[in-house]
Amino acid sequence: MTVLSSTFDPADPTAVANRAHLLERLSQLDAEHAAAIAGGGERYVERHHRRGKLLARERIEALLDRDSPFLEFSPLAAWGSDYPVGASVVTGVGVVEGVECVLSANDPTVRGGASNPWTLRKSLRAMEIARENRLPLISLVESGGADLPSQAEIFIPGGQIFRDLTRLSAAGIPTIAVVFGNSTAGGAYVPGMSDHVVMVRERAKVFLGGPPLVKMATGEESDDESLGGAEMHARTSGLADHLAEDEYDALRITRRIVARLHHRKQGPGPSEPADAPRYPAEDLLGLAPADLRMPFDPREVLARICDGSRFDEVKRLYGPSLVTGWASIHGYPVGVLANARGVLFGAEAQKATQFIELANVADVPLLFLQNTTGYMVGRDYEQAGIIKHGAMMINAVANSRVPHLTVNLGASYGAGNYGMCGRAYGPRFLFTWPNAKSAVMGPAQLAGVLSIVARQAAEAKGRPYDEDGDAAMRSMVEQQIEAQSLAPFLSGRLYDDGVIDPRDTRTVLGMCLSAVHTGPIEGARGYGVFRM
Amino acid sequence: MISRLLVANRGEIARRIIRTCDALGIETVAVYSDADATARHVVEATVAVRLPGTASADTYLRADLLLGAARSAGADAVHPGYGFLSESPEFAAAVLDAGLTWVGPPPSAMAAMASKLEAKKRMAAVGVPVLAELEPSRVTDADLPLLVKASAGGGGRGMRVVRTLDGLDEVVASARREAESAFGDPAVFCEPYVERGRHIEVQVLADLHGTVWALGERDCSVQRRHQKVLEETPSPVVTPDLRSALCEAAVAAAAAVGYVGAGTVEFLLAPDGGFHFLEMNTRLQVEHPVTECVYGLDLVALQLSVAEGVALPLDPPPARGHAIEARLYAEDPASGWTPQTGLLRTFSLEERAVLSDRPFVRVDAGVVSGDVVTPHYDPMLAKVVAWAPTREAALRTLAAALAGARLHGPVTNRDLLVRVLRHPEFVAGAADTGFLAAHEEVLAPLADAGAVELSALAAALAASAARRATARTLAGLPAGWRNVLSQAARATYEGPHGEVTVSYRPSPHEVLSATPDEVVLLVDGVRETFSVARHGDDVWVDSARGAVALRFADPLAVPPPATEPGSLLAPMPGTVVRVAVAEGQAVARGELVCVLEAMKMEHPVTAPADGVVRRLPVFAGAQVEAGALLAVVESSEE
Repeated sequence: MTVLSSTFDPADPTAVANRAHLLERLSQLDAEHAAAIAGGGERYVERHHRRGKLLARERIEALLDRDSPFLEFSPLAAWGSDYPVGASVVTGVGVVEGVECVLSANDPTVRGGASNPWTLRKSLRAMEIARENRLPLISLVESGGADLPSQAEIFIPGGQIFRDLTRLSAAGIPTIAVVFGNSTAGGAYVPGMSDHVVMVRERAKVFLGGPPLVKMATGEESDDESLGGAEMHARTSGLADHLAEDEYDALRITRRIVARLHHRKQGPGPSEPADAPRYPAEDLLGLAPADLRMPFDPREVLARICDGSRFDEVKRLYGPSLVTGWASIHGYPVGVLANARGVLFGAEAQKATQFIELANVADVPLLFLQNTTGYMVGRDYEQAGIIKHGAMMINAVANSRVPHLTVNLGASYGAGNYGMCGRAYGPRFLFTWPNAKSAVMGPAQLAGVLSIVARQAAEAKGRPYDEDGDAAMRSMVEQQIEAQSLAPFLSGRLYDDGVIDPRDTRTVLGMCLSAVHTGPIEGARGYGVFRM
Repeated sequence: MISRLLVANRGEIARRIIRTCDALGIETVAVYSDADATARHVVEATVAVRLPGTASADTYLRADLLLGAARSAGADAVHPGYGFLSESPEFAAAVLDAGLTWVGPPPSAMAAMASKLEAKKRMAAVGVPVLAELEPSRVTDADLPLLVKASAGGGGRGMRVVRTLDGLDEVVASARREAESAFGDPAVFCEPYVERGRHIEVQVLADLHGTVWALGERDCSVQRRHQKVLEETPSPVVTPDLRSALCEAAVAAAAAVGYVGAGTVEFLLAPDGGFHFLEMNTRLQVEHPVTECVYGLDLVALQLSVAEGVALPLDPPPARGHAIEARLYAEDPASGWTPQTGLLRTFSLEERAVLSDRPFVRVDAGVVSGDVVTPHYDPMLAKVVAWAPTREAALRTLAAALAGARLHGPVTNRDLLVRVLRHPEFVAGAADTGFLAAHEEVLAPLADAGAVELSALAAALAASAARRATARTLAGLPAGWRNVLSQAARATYEGPHGEVTVSYRPSPHEVLSATPDEVVLLVDGVRETFSVARHGDDVWVDSARGAVALRFADPLAVPPPATEPGSLLAPMPGTVVRVAVAEGQAVARGELVCVLEAMKMEHPVTAPADGVVRRLPVFAGAQVEAGALLAVVESSEE
């Protein structure tokens, strides 16, 4: 057993600067979260409350086991888009009657809870988390359906919601729909495709076509209650399994449904001592680099997130730019891959490949701590086969079957993002520190590359190069790439599952590890052909 | 020699008698009704005999069954305790006829004092001052205020103060009913009501050889509904001269009836210093321990000695110090002293041992943790007695013992007792029998709104700690952790002043520690400890700020069935003894609808508003549970 010892000094000027930078980022993050929490704004929140209704997050809070933790996904979804931050839906993983579930709650204060393209992506991501981790899905429904102006982007892909709902059911993952209000047209298939349906008396409204549409289609005169009221569905159509007196009653019934699922975890429980790290999480603010060009030792991070700061390193002396080794978090064993000095060389790629195979053989989940500028470039490296080595690592990551968790601590550039299990490589969960960035390459490098290419083109044509224009172009490109590399932008596009406070890293990973162990933990026993 | 004593009683007095018997090596026979099958006195006695049934009339008042029990269990003596048959000359005679030793006065002496009416006449004859007797049909305004009193029994049952002549008939009738029900004798009489009087009584103990001790006085002036609440000795207002006069009168009273054993002569001390004989209790008194504490005697042991024919020394030992007793009841002083019933989960009151001149606390309890307080008998839980060299110290010791008690179950009068013990007027020794009626402020719980709020916070934090400790999933993660914090964690409790909602995460006060049963908060720089006991949704929080009982208002509780507006519900389990209205009848606000009898007290149920009786599902004689619908009065008020 190896206990990490820290050399970090929180009074060091770099640490102090890092901390100040991160605290500022965190306060910006809080402001963005506040916008998501505010939903449709004071007026709509007040109106909603006046109608005796609970907000999406209030419904979630009331449904969860009291005092249990809740990890919300993608609170910044739709950041930087034309749609409100949060994408009018709240999703996350939490504990209901001792069972970890994925919760998905429409925010009816935002345009009546209507779905826009980001709502769709966020909802689908929540369902993907439910599927991959075998977590029951509870939909807290109150949505006016598709946001009609953006129907072109929703209607056709939106069908996946209903397809995935029934596939969850087919896979033995329970689905529960609790209908608090509107759930009409396509939305009617949410209760329609769910295993268990609760509707709130005099509130739920579930029909394919409302009175005006019915009138237009068949000439029939009708009303909301007879077309889709909770009482009608409970007594007549049979779509509702439970008729709730009010919202709290609906949540109470939902808890009873979950209690009776007897949903069992298929993965092993925590098996290691889950003692706290020996070093304070507070230090992580001083460790997270404000300047991504400054490398830092990821062991300092591990000393603050792993049980008892214990870490058994593998191949410490080989490929030192990547740290690999074994640890546990909240009692769950993990294999860790952490960038140490940004660049991945051939040795690091080979080391990673071997380590990923070891984790798969041992059925141990992997934790990727990203801080990489990518694979090394240059004549010597190309000739030594950096592509082959990078491909081996990407092959191993892509075909690995143990659950992967990824945290972007700083930089995540180039194919390093792929090798270190970026979004496209399907980590079960991916979170980002507020200081982190991700792009094909750094803004200055990217602008420089463009400049060089343009200069070469001008020279080839024998034209003089416009130096002023070049400078303007570089500055503009740098700014644009910088903006698009930032955490809120990436999180807004659902390239992660959320931006987290570095101090919460251990807690977030603990929740994720518990969630992934709801499904079986089985490593891959074969890989694609390794190009040696 | 008594070798096996039947204790014809229950509750604390049965336990108290058994305790002395244990010390003396006398075996004991307990009796028990079905409701008392697991009571402590049954467990603590050598053997016990069942009295089938629950009502007192079927069990503890059945002389034949008690004698049968004595026979079958081989008892050679009977101690009646107080209440029940303790003052029945017929029972005493039956015990003697059965060849058993009767631990009490001769039946003739009991008979002479049994009727308060007769006793007054007899006392007047030997020169003991008495109050005039008034005939109910002949009283005039000039006689007001007056007191209607049952001739038999005691304990304030069947006793009423009358201040206006109208309604006198109903008062007399009601007193008769109560007297009949409690003592089997409907006789009542009237006498002038002495305002601001003090209740002073003298403990006497006489042997078969002509020695009569007067063991000083007890002051029992603080009363509610003519039932004693606090009793002390010596009285703060009795001078040595007055004491001599009282003791002389008491000895004369005892001698006049050939008294043997322990008895109490009760007097009313008027504000002018004059005193009048009220009655003589021919038995051990509830409040006898205060006398024991100052004289260092065991009156039950002495009763047994006297019954065995042993002669008392000529003079009693000298009295020292001051003793005060509080009667701890399961009752709610703030809602008309209504008796409270239910499971007493925790009953923890620390006794403090006798050690030289250090104050000590004695607890004579009828219950232990886990007992159920039933509606069938007197709701007294315990007598708590403090002794100290001075009155001030005794009061302070008793108040502290009561305040520090952990009482988790039905509402008790504990807070009231503490408030009275700390009340300047009481501390000054100026409280008379009208004290409680004149000082409504003592009805308020010790815990003020701030204490309730802090207690609710502690309750919420303790509950949170308990949930985290037993969580099946993610138990090791921080309680209530959120990556996106949208709202504080709150909990709502039903408290003594209505609903209280606390935000406990974040907490408004620094939480120094929180476990499922103890929470330590830093409140304005002061470290305060709250002990928390949770049973389902019920929570009891004990702290230096006062005990607070709370009930968690679970937003996800099963919705309760709706109650019709205007529903009158039974405040406690009991028997409907009278229905005063009929269905469809118009009633005025405050008009009597029915009378519920519980624990031998009559509780009038009145119309909450002007209106019409729409439903009346009860009838005279109906047994009802707490919360049962008695009537629906549809309001005609705006």
